[in-house]
Amino acid sequence: MKVMITTNATLFKKYRDKLPESIVEELEEKTKGMNAKDIKRIAEQVLAEYIANQIQPGEAVGTIAAQSIGEPGTQMTMRTFHYAGVAELAVPQGLPRLIEIVDLRRKPSMPIMEIHLEPELRADKERVIEFAEKIEDVSLTEFATIEENFEDKEINVILKEDVLVEHGIKLEDAVRKLEKEVRRKAKKVEGNTIIFKPGFATLSSLRRFTERILETRLCGIKDIKKAVVLQEPDGSGWFIKTDGTNLKDILKLDGIDASRVISNDIREIYETLGVEAARNAIIKEAKEVLDTQGLKVNPRHVMLVADVMCYKGEPEPIGRQGISGSKSSVLARAAFEETVKHLHTASIRGHEDKLKGVTENIIVGQPVPVGTGRVKLGMKG
Amino acid sequence: MKGETTKKIDSIEFGILDPDTIRKMSQIRVVIPDTYDEDGYPIEGGLMDLHMGVIDPGLRCKTCGGRMATCPGHFGHIELVRPVIHIGYIKMIYSLLKTTCRSCGRLLLPTDQIQTYKKLITESGELPEEQELDVISQAKKVSKCPHCGKKQEKIKLIKPMTFYEGERRLLPSDIRRRMELIPDKDLRLLGIDPKKARPEWAILTVLPVPPVTARPSITLETGERSEDDLTHKLVDILRINQRLRDNISAGAPQLIIEDLWDLLQYHVTTYFNNEVSGIPPARHRSGRPLKTLAQRLKGKEGRFRYNLSGKRVNFSARTVISPDPNISINEVGVPREIAEELTVPEEITEWNINHAKDYIKRTEYPRAIYLIRPDGRRKKITDMNREEILQELAPGYVIERQLKDDDIVLFNRQPSLHRVSMMCHLVKVLPGRTFRLHPAVCKPYNADFDGDEMNMHVLQTEEAKAEALTLMLVQNQIISPRYGAPIIKGDEDIVSGGYLLTKKGTAFDKRIAEKILIKAGIKKMPSPDIGNNYSGKLLFSMLLPSTLNLEYRSLLCRDCEKCVGSKCPYDAYVKIKRGKLVSGVIDKVSLQGILLDTIFRQYGPEEAKEFLNKSTRLLLASTMHQGFSVSVEDTRISKEAQQEIKAIIADARQEVNRIIKDYNEGRLKKLPGKTLRETMEDMIMAILGKARKDAGDVAANYLSDYNPIIIMSRVGARGSLLNVTQMSAMVGQQAVRGKRIMRGYRNKSLPYFKEGEMGIEARGFVSSSFMEGLTPTEYFFHAMGGREALVDKGIRTAKSGYMQRRLVNALQDIVARKDGTVRDSDDVIVQYKYGEDGTDPMKCHGDYAVRLETKTYVEEKDRDEINIEDEGDDYD
Repeated sequence: MKVMITTNATLFKKYRDKLPESIVEELEEKTKGMNAKDIKRIAEQVLAEYIANQIQPGEAVGTIAAQSIGEPGTQMTMRTFHYAGVAELAVPQGLPRLIEIVDLRRKPSMPIMEIHLEPELRADKERVIEFAEKIEDVSLTEFATIEENFEDKEINVILKEDVLVEHGIKLEDAVRKLEKEVRRKAKKVEGNTIIFKPGFATLSSLRRFTERILETRLCGIKDIKKAVVLQEPDGSGWFIKTDGTNLKDILKLDGIDASRVISNDIREIYETLGVEAARNAIIKEAKEVLDTQGLKVNPRHVMLVADVMCYKGEPEPIGRQGISGSKSSVLARAAFEETVKHLHTASIRGHEDKLKGVTENIIVGQPVPVGTGRVKLGMKG
Repeated sequence: MKGETTKKIDSIEFGILDPDTIRKMSQIRVVIPDTYDEDGYPIEGGLMDLHMGVIDPGLRCKTCGGRMATCPGHFGHIELVRPVIHIGYIKMIYSLLKTTCRSCGRLLLPTDQIQTYKKLITESGELPEEQELDVISQAKKVSKCPHCGKKQEKIKLIKPMTFYEGERRLLPSDIRRRMELIPDKDLRLLGIDPKKARPEWAILTVLPVPPVTARPSITLETGERSEDDLTHKLVDILRINQRLRDNISAGAPQLIIEDLWDLLQYHVTTYFNNEVSGIPPARHRSGRPLKTLAQRLKGKEGRFRYNLSGKRVNFSARTVISPDPNISINEVGVPREIAEELTVPEEITEWNINHAKDYIKRTEYPRAIYLIRPDGRRKKITDMNREEILQELAPGYVIERQLKDDDIVLFNRQPSLHRVSMMCHLVKVLPGRTFRLHPAVCKPYNADFDGDEMNMHVLQTEEAKAEALTLMLVQNQIISPRYGAPIIKGDEDIVSGGYLLTKKGTAFDKRIAEKILIKAGIKKMPSPDIGNNYSGKLLFSMLLPSTLNLEYRSLLCRDCEKCVGSKCPYDAYVKIKRGKLVSGVIDKVSLQGILLDTIFRQYGPEEAKEFLNKSTRLLLASTMHQGFSVSVEDTRISKEAQQEIKAIIADARQEVNRIIKDYNEGRLKKLPGKTLRETMEDMIMAILGKARKDAGDVAANYLSDYNPIIIMSRVGARGSLLNVTQMSAMVGQQAVRGKRIMRGYRNKSLPYFKEGEMGIEARGFVSSSFMEGLTPTEYFFHAMGGREALVDKGIRTAKSGYMQRRLVNALQDIVARKDGTVRDSDDVIVQYKYGEDGTDPMKCHGDYAVRLETKTYVEEKDRDEINIEDEGDDYD
């Protein structure tokens, strides 16, 4: 048996350079227990098919990718989808979400995070719930009622003790935190009432101070509006799904499985994890939209779109603020959007259109440098 | 045509025209603000001066001597008495005024800093964007010139186009003088190329007048002339220019001169762009805003998108389409009328000269219409000159003959959302007045026959034909580049036919079997397999290549715990051995998926084409013999089934009422992340959803396996279980905005409900089926849901259209290169290897580069479930 394994290893070695890793692995897996001759025959066939399936030089892969993602757009739903039954969050899906992804919106209309915890934590539902409560961003509004005493220019913050207990916050901690946030010492604390006398002369500034107090976050992580606990699909325990994202701060927490913390905010992913992560996020999010709509799109198309959005080193949206607006060709930009603006800047800067793209050549009436348009014939001698 | 040298444009430079060039380009100085005299003759020195080209038949251009058809038009110019700002460059001027010295014209940065920045200039001659912004923002803040020491006053731009320095107004002439002072070397740092765009050129002293051919006047039926918007604007400019000149020479007060100057500025501004914010648009007498230069260029109907990116063509035809399963998938039925009108050029060589003469001799349909001599002159072939032409004909001539069978054309249906929206077909001239196409190619074109029209383009060169034939021919497009599975495939009746033919027990006697086979063009007769009769499976096997071996599960598969293979009791296990269908039923999975896919990949496009052609004909022929029809009665379910469904509804109602009661009495528990009300709604929706599903199952159970509707939905021909449910069992909950219907009146949906009533009827639950008929309230709720779906569809098309346009625009220059990389038009690498493994999605097996085992083909998730409301009968 041992002999066979070694021969197979050398057998596959030859194909490792010529075939993608995943195929070789699959091949190894599927040919287990076969004899070397058969394996070789199969491997040769696989290699031949792989080579035959290569893309042809000159193929307009960009256009095909764009069409493959755009065309099913008409078949997508517009409605935001509410998961039926259990506590789940409304996720924009279908076309609106896809547009959001290619637009690279600063904040998705429904920012969501999935936080998976370390294995030992994950199994214990109580602890996961506890964790979820800890990260929920709760402002003072939920903890307290506020009374403004305009006569004495004082503000009374009456803390609700039961809510404090529910979130596991001690009264003195709350006071300290509040004082720190508003950068004022409380005048005095009477039971569960904190009295501030900020010493403002005008009522409007007092009002503004009240707003500040109300916005103060007593516990949790900024922007995590809600955290719900759900069962892991593989049944290995529970995980947290949040309304609102804050990748940077969540990643700093202990007890999380950092490799499985997912945000659906691509900009945020870029800012915290870099452009490669952003590219992968675009692929993942776009693929997810297409899959849930039941539309089959080869992942290669999605990958190309993601790569085009990211190849300049920083994610760029698809459209006039992004790829289309930063093209080198003046005519291509002018023909897309903001025609007059592009013509004027081109003239000031003395730009030259080298006519290397598709639109430019269509405009001047020449063959486009794509496919058979790229092939040139010369005469010898 | 031959021997023509083709010129290739390498590049196009952009810049600002300088006054000298404008004067040099100009053929005439325009002074008179008028167009034609009383006799309708262009006034000399006027805006329609003959030096600028001709638009009237019979006249000659005074510059080139050409006539209307040959003279391209020439520029003229207007000498402006006072300079005016070009509105498009206002931002540049503003920035320059702020960043350069008010007195010596130098960039307001110390010399050493200028030097450091200069070193950063890239080979393109520009600073990187960031540094450029740095230069501008730094220089803006300087209050004392580091070069001449002069104090810098603040420059203000009062939008849209007046500049102030402190309190003093800067007139365009002052600004121009300042621009002149700025040295070339400093301009580079500010993002200006001084060779192509000296900033003073942005303040116009002389205005080019475009050729009359670019602004032709039109003659109305009344004989009245109507001038182009640009001409109108130029008349205004000339008039004010003249008044200003008169006032200056008459020594009018400065105030009046400035007013006229501003007026001139206004006219020149609106001449360039009539949509500048803050300036009232210049209007036509009728009140319509004038369409001036910027408006001509921009937008969907502007020069760039309408005329430059989109070209108009000849040799094309358009008409309504209709189906014809008897032609090949790669053919298109062309009406005789169209075939007679369109032509194909044929070059005469010594080998085809006699063949060409035949066309010329003919006076009836496939005849030659034009003759093109080697010098390019074309002549119409008539009865008068036919003999002459036959004598003259020699190699090197070209004839244009009428379209005939097997000519190569492109066929297209808008919107062209993907590349299979335009494919190459072969002409088949047929009687009738519609284009005929094979039903299997409907899917890629997204065509139906409810009035759709399509376009046909006749290819005119051999190169184009060869390219279309290899790259765009229908059978080469059977596999979709989007998902690597067939997109050209038989559907609906063909799929039903597949099931009816191959299901157990279908057999025909010899006479009928012959009839069916001959319809499919199969002339070989197999030997009977059931006594003297021929089984359906046997007939179907005649379509398969004789070496084909395949095993898979059909759509009928019930995922039994233990699969018994070809002994499947439901006949769901398809086994093809040496081209014979041994077991299993042919359904959607076969006809649209794995079987077609395998034939294409193993035997090539031609074989796949033949399979599609023959299977369509065979299956339609066999279906016609067996008969397959649907009546309203087929949706009726038995009394027992109705009782069961009633019970389901009653149960659901009870449960819902219980939840409502719980809610009202505060016993309902809130779900995390939802309000109490939402929790209740969710629970109700879930119950009602389940009720509909249960009712559907009951109906499907009670309907017989021979029910045509059931057959169609099971084998994947048309419709889903949902459709069956709605027709036979119940329509179910109607939703607006994804919720039960809440809108209408205050706290109620329709007047005859109680306020706050939350029961199932009051919120749009339709418990009737389409068969039973809906109650008035149900009908109304259904209409509400339907309306929403309709509106939704409308905005969706608009939104996805724009997204598609942006995607295509962003990605169109991305090409797979010879070295395996993927690059953009500037040769910047986007991917080192296309899709990381370099495989073509069209050749992929689904998502996999190489398929290592035969898997059951999984069809695109039942789209019918999602888009049930979209299947309206829309007329194009």
